[in-house]
Amino acid sequence: MALLQISEPGQTAAPHQHKLAAGIDLGTTNSLVATVRSGKAEILPDVEGMHLLPSVVRYCETGAPQVGAIAKQSAISDPRNTISSVKRYVGRGLADICKGCSRSEYEFVDSDSSVPRIRTVAGDISPVEVSAEILKNLKLRAEETLGGELTGVVITVPAYFDDAQRQSTKDAAQLAGLQVLRLLNEPTAAAVAYGLDKGSEGVHVIYDLGGGTFDISILRLNRGVFEVMSTAGNTALGGDDLDRIIAQWLIQQAGLDPSALSAGQMRATLLEACRAKEALSDAEVVGVSLSVTDGSVADDAVWQGELTRTQLYELIDPLIQKTLSSCRRALRDAGIDVDEIEDVVMVGGSTRSPRVRELVGEFFHCEPMVDIDPDKVVAAGAAIQADILVGNKPDDEMLLLDVIPLSLGIEIMGGLVEKIISRNTTIPSAKAQDFTTFKDGQTALAVHVVQGERELVSDCRSLARFELRGIPPMVAGNARIRVTFQVDADGLLSVTAREQISGVESTVQVKPSFGLTDGEIETMLRESMSHAQEDIAARMLREQQVEADRIIESVESAIVADAQLLSAEERSQIDVALSELRKMRDGDDPRKIKQAIEALNTASTDFAARRMDASIQSAMTGHKVDEF
Amino acid sequence: MHAADLSSNFFALFDLPVSFDIELDALSARYRDAQRAAHPDKFANAPEGERRLSVQMAARINEAYRVLKDPLSRGRYLLELHGVALDDSDTAFDGAFLMEQMELRERLADVKNSADPVSQLRIIADDIAAHDKSLITQMADLLNEASAESLQQARNVSRKLQFFRRLNEEVEALEDELGDY
Repeated sequence: MALLQISEPGQTAAPHQHKLAAGIDLGTTNSLVATVRSGKAEILPDVEGMHLLPSVVRYCETGAPQVGAIAKQSAISDPRNTISSVKRYVGRGLADICKGCSRSEYEFVDSDSSVPRIRTVAGDISPVEVSAEILKNLKLRAEETLGGELTGVVITVPAYFDDAQRQSTKDAAQLAGLQVLRLLNEPTAAAVAYGLDKGSEGVHVIYDLGGGTFDISILRLNRGVFEVMSTAGNTALGGDDLDRIIAQWLIQQAGLDPSALSAGQMRATLLEACRAKEALSDAEVVGVSLSVTDGSVADDAVWQGELTRTQLYELIDPLIQKTLSSCRRALRDAGIDVDEIEDVVMVGGSTRSPRVRELVGEFFHCEPMVDIDPDKVVAAGAAIQADILVGNKPDDEMLLLDVIPLSLGIEIMGGLVEKIISRNTTIPSAKAQDFTTFKDGQTALAVHVVQGERELVSDCRSLARFELRGIPPMVAGNARIRVTFQVDADGLLSVTAREQISGVESTVQVKPSFGLTDGEIETMLRESMSHAQEDIAARMLREQQVEADRIIESVESAIVADAQLLSAEERSQIDVALSELRKMRDGDDPRKIKQAIEALNTASTDFAARRMDASIQSAMTGHKVDEF
Repeated sequence: MHAADLSSNFFALFDLPVSFDIELDALSARYRDAQRAAHPDKFANAPEGERRLSVQMAARINEAYRVLKDPLSRGRYLLELHGVALDDSDTAFDGAFLMEQMELRERLADVKNSADPVSQLRIIADDIAAHDKSLITQMADLLNEASAESLQQARNVSRKLQFFRRLNEEVEALEDELGDY
């Protein structure tokens, strides 16, 4: 019998050791964390056995913020300091936020930063920080349950999230001390959880109506590859809006003046609306009541009335129809007829509504699938993807090919948008387009990056602005400025502008106009670490050592596998860089380790590129055998 | 062998012959397998340099697939490989084509005033689709002939197709407007 190997304490563990990974569904109303154990995705409960963490954070005068159910209890008594549905505000500017709701429950302050803050007793808080509190809570839950530090997580985002919203989600994860393996689109995660990879080939629709967002994705499955064909949706339409419209009706029926309602009364009305909506799933009619107390009347002044199912449908049908318009557009973009669809998977708590199921079923001519709890399916899918990405299933065939939801372009003369990458382009994606100067002798060029489908810049979302300077003076129209957009697998954009004749170059990792700056994040990180009493220097050193181990292991195994792709000269350069890095890795200077990593990277890049080419070519050679 | 080998052309990337007539199923299968080898998800644990490389490679595979999948972009890509300039705007269109375009545009402009705009729009979209289909067939034949003259003609056909595609985009924009997307 072969003896099992045990590594020395403190030494790098065996490469195939099981790593801890989790999937996080950071939802508008509820958030969840899941992991894969014994081959199955499991939602991790808190100590009280609850799976759903209400996405509610309450800021207190002293001490750490409260998160979850305990915070939610204060929603009515302490509305200003209790933040719920923060996902609606992430990556948004103040103007957008105010446009979304006629009357916001929170006091937003316009700060120096481009990111709006919410005024609380604990200070002005950005939506990213609120999200980070929710993530920290889930991280702690996972690490306590699993008994170790998480190597990495997959966080889900609505497919229709734009670049700013995605970047802000990643920023929140960074603040929470999480290593993000991938941002995964919620509908795609749901498809994975449904195990659509297990033999159900064909075209599937994921209809995802959450608390605050709506997404529709159409994807084709083929031998474990999930290929998203199109996606559409609305990041400001969800179950919350159904509640809001019912609440408005209640207020009107009760004869109240909406502008005179206190924040607490508003919250109470929304809760009553939600209760009535849920009760009407079973009942034809439900009694409703509202406290009409505004201080001027006796304490027990209560309005009572009733809401019928017919009335409810009249209120919510227009909103459901809006989601079906998105479905129609997604079908068109995918070039698919309704009849080609295998099934429709329902995701998100709001798809519990019988009316939603009925109208969706009618639209797609089929009975929607509701086998998995619509609240849990996204987290489960994220956990499966995290398990694969972290390296626990090296032979898994699953691959997710997702798309960008909205076109990316830049502003040209006249306030018009020139699209560079169209919506529903598969990511990663890279595209370049040439532009030129407008005036004689023009030496600088302002690049304004926007996202959206409309022709006018003013109708699109502004993502970032940067300048390309130092263009040599030329006659108007003679300069050749190549603007390159690259979207990575998380759906995040970086932009390069380069004047082709002079070679002047400018690059931006698009830091969204409504995102936190790197400096702001660093400050927040420092503050949070001083709370946690974690030594920043130690953390930086550890990060570099992990990266060093990673590249050493990768290059070493590449040499073992493909030494024939290396010339003797290259081999000796790599060997030198390798031994230098090994030496630095055991030292305590993170900068020196970083330099040595870069040196090894430079020495081995061509080799890595050749190996990748070879592996693609060998994948193609397999086809020759299959097909002929 | 060098990294530049795969960037020589999109057909070579998928190990397909350089030709307009390709098996779409074979292309899709090869595309998926190429992504299995190159996609960033397969390099999530790799050092940063390799992750960057994989993003670039996967982006290129996506672009190659996008271009080859659609007959018009495949045709234009073939013309490019044949060295036929595509940017010239000096294409002379025959009168019949121009009349047709004008007529379609007028019909499109009238849609909003019609009694049933959605079905009117459907009819126009179907007309455009029929034109698109017949022009693709023409372009395919010309590209397969591949003489200097036929390539020039193929280029003109591709220009016409572009007009129809643009018109189709306007149809879709109007559809969005009418459907309140």
